[in-house]
Amino acid sequence: MSVTVSELVLRRAGDRGWLIECAGRRPARVATAIRERPWARELREIVPAAGTVLVVADGRGGMESLATRLRALLAELDELDAAGRSGATGAEGEGPGAPNRTVVIPVRYDGPDLPAVAERTGVSPEEVARLHASGEHAVAFFGFAPGFAYLDGVPEPLRLPRLPSPRARVPAGVVAIAGNQTVVYPGGTPGGWHQIGTTTIRLWDVTADPPNRLAVGDRVVFEAVTP
Amino acid sequence: MTCAAGSAARRATTAGATTEASAPAVPAVPAARTDGEAPARTDGTATARTDREAPACSDGTAGAAAAGTARTAPRSAAVLTVVAPGVATSVQDLGRPGLAHLGVPASGPTDRRSFTLANRLVGNPENTPALEVTIGGLGVTLSEDRYVSVTGAPAPVTVDGVPVDRPALVRLPAGCLLEIGRPWAGCRSYLAVSGGIEVDRVLGSASRDWLTGLGPEPVRAGTGLRVGPARPVPAVPLELAFSVVPAGGALTARFRWGPRHDLFGAADRRRLTSTAWRLSGQCDRVGARLTGPALAIGSVDLASEGMVRGAIQVPPSGEPIIFLSDHPVTGGYPVIGVLTDADTDLVGQAKPGDELRLAPTG
Repeated sequence: MSVTVSELVLRRAGDRGWLIECAGRRPARVATAIRERPWARELREIVPAAGTVLVVADGRGGMESLATRLRALLAELDELDAAGRSGATGAEGEGPGAPNRTVVIPVRYDGPDLPAVAERTGVSPEEVARLHASGEHAVAFFGFAPGFAYLDGVPEPLRLPRLPSPRARVPAGVVAIAGNQTVVYPGGTPGGWHQIGTTTIRLWDVTADPPNRLAVGDRVVFEAVTP
Repeated sequence: MTCAAGSAARRATTAGATTEASAPAVPAVPAARTDGEAPARTDGTATARTDREAPACSDGTAGAAAAGTARTAPRSAAVLTVVAPGVATSVQDLGRPGLAHLGVPASGPTDRRSFTLANRLVGNPENTPALEVTIGGLGVTLSEDRYVSVTGAPAPVTVDGVPVDRPALVRLPAGCLLEIGRPWAGCRSYLAVSGGIEVDRVLGSASRDWLTGLGPEPVRAGTGLRVGPARPVPAVPLELAFSVVPAGGALTARFRWGPRHDLFGAADRRRLTSTAWRLSGQCDRVGARLTGPALAIGSVDLASEGMVRGAIQVPPSGEPIIFLSDHPVTGGYPVIGVLTDADTDLVGQAKPGDELRLAPTG
């Protein structure tokens, strides 16, 4: 499924912005590849989301030359992927934007929604924990609130729609799932996801530099710890 | 904390440029005195503008006298005390750009141009924390004489009840009450103090973000804010230091189509540009909701994507929302166009009920 890099991939977003339609490429990978370029210093924001990456320039000039650079980078990623599919290397295992970190998050699977998730998915609570910890999770993007990271990789049997009505305030460290995604709540937000566990690791701290322990593209391993 | 009656009003001088039409507006070499007190003029003296609203010291030495008193006080001890907070006054600097990928809004002043102007007028770097005042109501005192600047929405400004003629640069004596009233036009005024307000930064910024609650608490009556050491105040022809705010009547904001204009039919695009929109009552630092004939697009299946300041987002109701400083970093409704940076400042000054037309550009 080779993707042609066409004019339509880039959409103008105001005086200084380009919205990149990733069309099959992983936005986290595209965003990470952009961030690795020396000219990324001229960018104010690089914002991956579900299917796009928003790029905002610092100055107002040079929007066309920025577009040329972005198109060239996307073409390069596509060529690498094509080579990866035909050759021995993994498609996204190396090259620009490849994940380079694995973060281990110990989880106590003791969340208030664990029994309900087990019931709805037809497995035991222990099996919910085992399935979740066995998933290949990765940070897709942040959104909704500061430090709110959407992690892809919930195994198929555990994918459930969100709760019908969200809880008003979810404390930091609560591990919850919805659909294909897991979140470790940063604290202070409402939450409509199924709470299956907790971690004592502080992933988001506005007084720390950097405030985030997870970055877009990181692989994440959830490690079950016993109570 | 009051200053001595009489001398208070006398010392509340408005530092203004001389008004002779033939006088050069800009000194050949803008001079700035390094003691951080009096604005340097072409003749090298502080000029106290004499008019009936703000009587100047009769001997014209207000600046020098003030500089003398300031030197006796320890510089780090200066405090700005909020006597009357107004309805939505907050500390702002230029925000925390570059963190949107972590879910952190950029925040910062709603009218960036007026904010940076206020700082420049009192000799501060553009990113220095200052107060954003919405529809007036602010009263403050300083523990030390300082130059201050009020820009943005033009509003009645008084010092101990005496109207100030040129609020763009005011020498505010210690203990005197500076008040900013309800604006005649626009809605957001900025108060910068030479030396700047010193508050703890969160994620690198002093801006209060009304969406996420990051940054210092909104100011309240009695809030004391530290003020940094005074900076040299540059000589600026104040008649050129004007703020661009909507003056009433129809306001036109320019925008660039996209990124999702192609999801809208031709009739919707025409309606966007031909309608006399009005700002609804639901306007804050996050965004301004418009009312008018709804666009017909309805619900669109669109995954969340990155949002920019000035984005014209169209929710299923069909009535557009313009994103301002504290907008969420991502959103799932289509953005039909994005305002120019300058005209986003302008919309940030518009009030509920104001008429707004959207004009495509670029």
